[in-house]
Amino acid sequence: MLYNVTDITIEGVLHSAQDMEIQGYRFVTSSCVDNGETLDIYYHYDKDLVLKQYKLNVAKGITIPSISKVFFCAMLVENEIKDLFGVQFSNLVLDYGGKLLLSDGAPDAPMACGGQIIVIEKGKE
Amino acid sequence: MKTKTSVIPFGPQHPVLPEPLQLKLVMQDERVIEAIPAIGYVHRGLEKLAETKDMNQMIYVVERICGICSFMHALNYCHGIEEMMELQVPDRAKYLRVIWGEMHRTHSHLLWLGLLADSFGFESLFMQAWRARERVMDMMEATAGSRIMISTNIIGGLRRDIPADLQRQVLDMVDEVEREMKEMEQVFLKDYTVKHRLVGVGVLPKDIAYKIGAVGPVGRASGLAQDMRSLNYAAYKELDWETVVENDGDCYARTVVRVREVYQALDLIRQAFAKMPEGDIAVPVKGFPDGEVVTRIEQPRGECLYYLRANGTKNLSRVRVRTPTFANIPPLIHMLPGCQLADVPVIVLSIDPCISCTER
Repeated sequence: MLYNVTDITIEGVLHSAQDMEIQGYRFVTSSCVDNGETLDIYYHYDKDLVLKQYKLNVAKGITIPSISKVFFCAMLVENEIKDLFGVQFSNLVLDYGGKLLLSDGAPDAPMACGGQIIVIEKGKE
Repeated sequence: MKTKTSVIPFGPQHPVLPEPLQLKLVMQDERVIEAIPAIGYVHRGLEKLAETKDMNQMIYVVERICGICSFMHALNYCHGIEEMMELQVPDRAKYLRVIWGEMHRTHSHLLWLGLLADSFGFESLFMQAWRARERVMDMMEATAGSRIMISTNIIGGLRRDIPADLQRQVLDMVDEVEREMKEMEQVFLKDYTVKHRLVGVGVLPKDIAYKIGAVGPVGRASGLAQDMRSLNYAAYKELDWETVVENDGDCYARTVVRVREVYQALDLIRQAFAKMPEGDIAVPVKGFPDGEVVTRIEQPRGECLYYLRANGTKNLSRVRVRTPTFANIPPLIHMLPGCQLADVPVIVLSIDPCISCTER
């Protein structure tokens, strides 16, 4: 099960990251889940092999503050979430513009709900 | 005098890179002053497949995230489902998971040692490392029927046991690889030319390694005593081992960590066989999982995190994977500035990059 989870609001994203840094936590990663109308974004932190998580539930289309100025390593996963779920982050230290994993012509936000898996058989259009 | 800078694209195709990764190197003469990574060449969208594959089929999907540590991905995934469904995996299966897991760690580190030798042109050392690795691969095939994608993990345990006659063969392999490793160690850790290419190159200090999230041998070579096996999954709690830590934080320290971890993995295989009890290797599974879970294991390259969300149906609603190379890219960006262009291949290789893992 998921332990040590604290719900945060969008105003608490940066504050929680700064708090984790002060307490000596390591940023592990973020996980994004599309609920249809809203998104759940988890921020996973670790200290002495104990995980602590913050959960942000936010409506789609809202810009989320990036924590990459607090934890530089968050820059990659925030770019990934931007690519795959179409989430916008403000103040990203390195912004790939939605092209970290996806190339030109790729579908927008393929991991978001409604994204279809298209099966193309070999040799057919 | 104003010094001119230039940008050199390193990769995505480069002789030292087994997989496509690009680094835009901002250079001042022969010195790197900045490195910007570009990935996305092998993104396959495997996490998305959770929508169309049921929870048992997903085991084979996650195995294909990586061609080196496929067993570990399946193990992490199965752990997650087992935790959500509160399944008690039989003790024998826990020990078998350690054995196959450590065989994967051994062959992964030997593969890396060979690639490292190849990166600085030491071809005979490269071949010796891969010859030793072949012995592990042969045993993987003998015990599981396949060299890489061994597909032995199932939810609730394992689908295959290792019978007594094969246990003897695996232990013979362990002895043989250890003997060969002792010969190679003399070269990897003591040869003048090898040390010349590794010592003091790509240094990552401990405080920065922690702050930017270095994991696995990269973090441990910088003094971070951080090994997810300490979480005591599978049967690691019953075995005698200690986290391998070095403090210099350079390419040489990363090599030492991996060499020592080969010995440790071989020792863990011996211990696991010695302590493994008789009994079942799987429990029956009824129903479907519901809820959320985060599980972590130590892959050869470091900490791997799985976040799973289930909804009581046969399909999981989310499978999220954070692989160790993904975590080690920011440390790589930190290691490169200040180094010579000729050292870039060795430094890049020193994080043991797995791009198919990273991009999924």
